[in-house]
Amino acid sequence: MRNRVRSSIAVLAAVLAVGLFVPAAGQAPKKYVAPKTPWGDPDLQGVWNDATSTPLQRPSNVGTGVLNDEEAEEFQKSLAHDLSRDRRDGGNAADVNRAYNEHWMDARRLKITADKRTSLIVDPADGRIPPLVQASPERQKIQAARAAGAQRFAAGLPDHYTDMSWPVRCVVRTDVPPYLPTIYNNDFQIFQSPGYVAIGPEMIHSARIIPVDGRPHLNKGLRQWLGDTRGHWEGSTLVVETTNFRADEGVLFQNANPATFTITERFTRVAADSINYEFTVADPSTWTKPWTALIPWTKIDPAEQMYEYACHEDNFDIVHFLTGARLREKNGETVGQQRPAPAGGER
Amino acid sequence: MQVRRTIAFAGVAGVMALIWLAMPLSGQQRPSATPQFASTFRAQRAADGHPDLNGIWQAMVTANWDLQDHDAQPGPHPELSGAYASGPAGQSIVEGGEIPYKPQALAKKKSNFENRLRVDVSNDKTWHDLGDPEMKCYMPGVPRANYMPFPFQIVQGTSPYILFAYEFTSATRIVRMDWKQDAPTDSWMGWSRGRWEGDTLVVDVTGQREETWFDRAGDYHSDALHVVERYTAASPFHILYEATIEDPNVFTRPWKISFPLYRRMEKNVQLLEFKCVPFTEQLLFGKFIKPRDSAR
Repeated sequence: MRNRVRSSIAVLAAVLAVGLFVPAAGQAPKKYVAPKTPWGDPDLQGVWNDATSTPLQRPSNVGTGVLNDEEAEEFQKSLAHDLSRDRRDGGNAADVNRAYNEHWMDARRLKITADKRTSLIVDPADGRIPPLVQASPERQKIQAARAAGAQRFAAGLPDHYTDMSWPVRCVVRTDVPPYLPTIYNNDFQIFQSPGYVAIGPEMIHSARIIPVDGRPHLNKGLRQWLGDTRGHWEGSTLVVETTNFRADEGVLFQNANPATFTITERFTRVAADSINYEFTVADPSTWTKPWTALIPWTKIDPAEQMYEYACHEDNFDIVHFLTGARLREKNGETVGQQRPAPAGGER
Repeated sequence: MQVRRTIAFAGVAGVMALIWLAMPLSGQQRPSATPQFASTFRAQRAADGHPDLNGIWQAMVTANWDLQDHDAQPGPHPELSGAYASGPAGQSIVEGGEIPYKPQALAKKKSNFENRLRVDVSNDKTWHDLGDPEMKCYMPGVPRANYMPFPFQIVQGTSPYILFAYEFTSATRIVRMDWKQDAPTDSWMGWSRGRWEGDTLVVDVTGQREETWFDRAGDYHSDALHVVERYTAASPFHILYEATIEDPNVFTRPWKISFPLYRRMEKNVQLLEFKCVPFTEQLLFGKFIKPRDSAR
């Protein structure tokens, strides 16, 4: 009996210790209480940034879970070296691509998360996206057509503007959930009013207006590029479900199937200057099981403002890519002759 | 019986008199065919203590076709689309009716109109020279965004920012309240700084790109455009919108527009997407694709 009590205490202590040092996904440390808006919702208002060098998937050469200080420093250094565009090793072709240099990039993307994880994915435990399921013959055909277009584009020989990705065409960019860190424009501004939370991702100037008043989703007959979003509060966490994505291929992460893709996002303010952004995606026609990532959002200095990210209005590149391709065709170039991928395709 | 009927009549008359007495002052004046907002309206307060402008709003005027008086007009290709894409008639929303153009600027407005359906993006330097930016799905700028035939939503909380989210091409603008810093550079939706003057939200808009237009009639401005907007709640369901437009490069004096914004009242109303970029790609980029005979 005495032993059992003692071992229970040990287990309890271990659980507490883990709880203290490894913040569970989407769960705030006990002490912090998020401020409330005057109408009683947790207050998430502010400008936040999600840049990090911590990769979505755990690289094979690092240990699992959380690193100690020394390992973390080494990991961060090695990632920053790999990501830096101010390097001049690797030859002329690499140099040309790196002309789009660090000046244009978000410097925050050279640092790992403060909790020293080795992957943004927290589930499955190996920190990797679960294996892909084999696509149906019909989807394989669609994906092959898209891949061929992407290959023509990468070779500098796009036949058509539809050979370019949706971000290159300025239809959607990093505003499609889930929100993942990228090379720049990692800012999100959150606005709130009674019954609504609105998230403005800097790229591309859209607002995701989330009703939190319990109303049902749009009917299935109406679909949107960014889907249809509804939110509710679970304690201090904003839980967001998005449905009604359009059927277009190549919009969702890893070309997931819009017909079967589901996503739940959780926003929890865990400190005055920090939100835990956690998302779970599932798609039985793309991944063998659902997976979850946790990305810290850091509040940025209000002096550093969100700014308008226009895209389509001055999308000179799309004309350059196409006219360049027509000239190359005239010179007898074909897709087989590989050349460096054009800059500009951030995703 | 007769007595009872008389009493009933007297009772009805008395009630009518009471209703008449209780009617607002305007009801006693000479009946007018023109509806008017009650000048005594006091808006519900938002969490910030100021009038609550939260909601989904839409203009009913046809100023997007022409700020000034305009007849109904056929669409650009009536031989293809019949009455589709044709434009409604509408009255000027400009105070005094006319926009005070400088003579040369008026000529430019006319040539804008004549070239409103043309595009040529083959040269970066002349990319924006032709065509109504709306046709090309460019962010419309201010004030045009407010009178396009699409709704927009105001999200007013407690932070020093008010979000204006427009359905047209998912354009947004952030109104920064009591903000000192000037526009860092020009942008399509401009740099909006707000303040409350009594119960009116006043938004000072600078830093707008010169390429936006005011309407499909070719009305335009330069990069010196300065717009001062005034949003005043006029009923629980209306905002009175006024804007003063100043641009010494194009106009002889500042001029004013005004119209009501209507609250969208559908039970399930929400801002939807109007992502029009894919609708413009063939128009803008079609001439650069691989010729059809050799393409896929």
